[in-house]
Amino acid sequence: MTTTPTMTAPHRVPRPGEGRPEPGRRRAGDTVFRWLTTGSAASIIAILAGVTVFLIVTALPALTADWRTAPALAGGTTGGVGSFWRYVAPLLWGTAWSSLLALILGTPVALGIALYVSHYAPRPLRRGLGYLIDLLAAVPSVVFGLWGIFVLRPAILPLQDWLNHNLSWIPLFAGPVSKTGSTMLAAAIILAVMIIPIISSIAREIFAQTPRLHEEAALALGATRWEMIRLAVLPQARRGIVSATLLGLGRALGETMAVALILSPSLLFSVKILTDTANPQTVAANLALNFPESTPLQRDALIATGLVLFIISFAVNALGRLVAGRAETGRRKRGAA
Amino acid sequence: MITAIAETPHQAPHRDVRPQAPARLTARTLPYAARPSIVAAATVLGAAAVFVGGASIAGGLALAAVAGTAGVVVASLVVEGRRRATDRMVHALMTAAFVLAVIPLVSLLATVVNKGWASLSWQFITQTGGTAFDPTTLKVLTTAGAWQAVVGTLIITGIAVALSVPIGVLTAIYLVEYANPRGWMARTTTFLVDVMTGIPSIVAGLFAFSLASLLVGPKAFSGFSASVALSVLMIPIVVRSTEEMLRIVPDDLREASLALGATKVVTTLRIVLPTAATGILTGVMLAVSRIVGETAPIFIAASFTDNFSADPFHGPMQTLPVMAYANYKFPGTDIAASYQSAWGAALLLVLLVVALNLAARLTARLVSGARRGRSSARRTPAEASMRDTHP
Amino acid sequence: MPTRITVTDLEASYGDVAAITGVSMAIEPCSVTALIGPSGCGKSTFLRTLNRMHEVTPGGRVTGRVLLDGDDLYAPGVDPVLVRRRIGMVFQRPNPFPTLSIRDNVLAGVRLASRHMPRGEQDDLAEEALRAANLWEQVKDRLSASAAGLSGGQQQRLCIARAIAVQPDVLLMDEPCSALDPIATLAIEELIVRLKQEYTVVIVTHNMQQAARVSDRTAFFTIAGTGEAGRLIEYDETQTIFTHPTQDATADYIAGRFG
Repeated sequence: MTTTPTMTAPHRVPRPGEGRPEPGRRRAGDTVFRWLTTGSAASIIAILAGVTVFLIVTALPALTADWRTAPALAGGTTGGVGSFWRYVAPLLWGTAWSSLLALILGTPVALGIALYVSHYAPRPLRRGLGYLIDLLAAVPSVVFGLWGIFVLRPAILPLQDWLNHNLSWIPLFAGPVSKTGSTMLAAAIILAVMIIPIISSIAREIFAQTPRLHEEAALALGATRWEMIRLAVLPQARRGIVSATLLGLGRALGETMAVALILSPSLLFSVKILTDTANPQTVAANLALNFPESTPLQRDALIATGLVLFIISFAVNALGRLVAGRAETGRRKRGAA
Repeated sequence: MITAIAETPHQAPHRDVRPQAPARLTARTLPYAARPSIVAAATVLGAAAVFVGGASIAGGLALAAVAGTAGVVVASLVVEGRRRATDRMVHALMTAAFVLAVIPLVSLLATVVNKGWASLSWQFITQTGGTAFDPTTLKVLTTAGAWQAVVGTLIITGIAVALSVPIGVLTAIYLVEYANPRGWMARTTTFLVDVMTGIPSIVAGLFAFSLASLLVGPKAFSGFSASVALSVLMIPIVVRSTEEMLRIVPDDLREASLALGATKVVTTLRIVLPTAATGILTGVMLAVSRIVGETAPIFIAASFTDNFSADPFHGPMQTLPVMAYANYKFPGTDIAASYQSAWGAALLLVLLVVALNLAARLTARLVSGARRGRSSARRTPAEASMRDTHP
Repeated sequence: MPTRITVTDLEASYGDVAAITGVSMAIEPCSVTALIGPSGCGKSTFLRTLNRMHEVTPGGRVTGRVLLDGDDLYAPGVDPVLVRRRIGMVFQRPNPFPTLSIRDNVLAGVRLASRHMPRGEQDDLAEEALRAANLWEQVKDRLSASAAGLSGGQQQRLCIARAIAVQPDVLLMDEPCSALDPIATLAIEELIVRLKQEYTVVIVTHNMQQAARVSDRTAFFTIAGTGEAGRLIEYDETQTIFTHPTQDATADYIAGRFG
């Protein structure tokens, strides 16, 4: 006797039009959900476009006004500045300069930390130490600012005096030395501390993902731990390090409160880092400090500077993601379940 | 005959007769007591600099650290050779880098706790700060209170979460479940999300302000406006971490559900999302901990105020970080009291952020503990969200 | 320099769990010794104790003695870095450094020890090592190309060239052909037979026929039961092991009754 596979439910051929119950409604639900999700994705594009458009629209009056004659621009932060570009240029310089200093101070330390946690720290401690550094990223910038004012500023006064005393022939360290510590050096140090966890956590990932095979190849040749790192870990990390640094730069560019609280600002070009009378101001801090008390036209001018900052930081972040792009997709493909 | 080997037969490889160093296995190493003694000597040097030379404590410590490291490296160079010495030096530098980063963290936390502790009391948290004129004593009494900031923080953050989580999760679902990964929409969205994580927070505040100005009217400060600003900052974080969580859910699960006759919607909502839920929650918690500390977007969109307000749609609202900033920047007549309030608000804020972070990591660990047997991915799902919320 | 390896009562463990135990054997200079046995019996672990790579794995610990011509590798004060200069290793999957050229790959180990070798000497050394690895003719025109462009078999021979460029006394090979196709495998086997004139070679292999083709002596490892540590069951001339082994377990494995 042939055994035909029996189904648990009685089987009959469905008539046309029958079949899965209520196909119309289910398909509508499907479509609705699909459009909901697509719409959300579209809204991302819309939001970013919206930000750009709104900023441009709001900034336009300030960009088209005549800065020499408009009474609304005559006082306060924009007083005496001949044009928008004369206003924003020193601010851009301040932003670039402070970020550059922060990168110079912070990147080596961040990479050192990443190497330490991924290859030098005792194994059972590695995760905890990683969390510790990530905690640094969680601290709000206003708290950093307050700490900077009350603790960092007095703490670096001796260092500043020493640098000015001994190395003032270098333009960076030229005087007059600040007595309060509200210097570009202090701001750079705080910015460096704030970007260290960002650079460090990305670098740590990359270092930890060095293929074990290459590390063992180096060790089997008789390499010390540092030589193994030089042979197997660092060469494959180059692209990731660049991308991490760019992302750290992006963060430094946009940092507002810590700089606003600690820096004693002026509107000029300068490279001195030990003074409190010749510090260029950053776009973001300038915005934070002046926005509340501005006339409407001044507000528009400030928004225009914000727009410039937005474009620059967009470009830096885009570059950072593009550089990381191929490394990321490689990892995604490997990690896909 | 093996044709792959195109080599001509080679005679026995002849050994290079370069004079070699004798093949030792042991190397001269620094005696066990060498390192501690060098460190001790360096400490003495540093102490001398402080007490005799008048250097600051930080300077003395730095001198001791540098001298100690240099001493060990030089000794190693002499005794153990170049390669070992380089290895030791690098090890010392890496450790120094780590210590260098921990110092500000410890100092910061210690400062906030130290200065803010005095403010911390049940009254401080539940009472609105303000000044009152007492007609009997003809004095202005200032009460220190953070209640308006606490409520403001909760309301503004809550609305921001309500705005960003649906958009963020739905976008992530689109990217993972529906989109053609090579299509223009998916690639554009992914790219823009990645870039959005880097928007300066103040720019988000400006956007909310100008949006409100154009839609409602000039000086349209409101808590809702601030929430909009925070959402702009939160959405990309939620999208990225949710996306990662969804990708970790194995395709087998989806296929099993579809094979049972469930639609894609049901599969996504009933199978995929619940599986990824805890990871998504972790990601949201970390995103919240990041935006709860934002200051500039809040006071740009919601202005400054000391008054209590529970209406997010009309009028200014204060949050904890803004309270900390305002009390420092615009102190009242009693400057010390204002500063004290500032530190109190700062401490509350730090406690909140640390609590959120810890909660997120604990949730991640709970999930990873349960999943450890099943998950074949290198990192457990929830822990992966850690990385993406710190762009 | 012809080198004899004498292993006495070796035990290797991960944490508290022993992977192999009670191993004692003597490996003759200028010979090829094959280590065979079923999966998980600890032969790779044993191999890695010979150049102190076992301790690189977290929790890896070794007790016992390994004498290299009289010097105990595990004596206190011995620097593992120096041990690994004298004992080279080739891994299961070819692992040339992806960012280095072919020439730089060969010289990688050499450069660690002697920084300032004149360029001419470096080139000579590279050519010699590549010739010895039967790779010179195939790559001599593209020495500065990336190593990633080579086929699997060529990459493995490059790794062999890299290992012998530092002029070790012993060459350890952990299943060197398992990731390669049969033609590449044969090329490597030819190479191994040639290499034994200069080096002491110890090779772990899953492939009994390979052991029979290539080695002078064979050691058979196995575990007594699940969770037990691996042991050396029999160690003898290859001919003997494969034609009339003395232990039943060996005979069973050779006949394919398990493993």
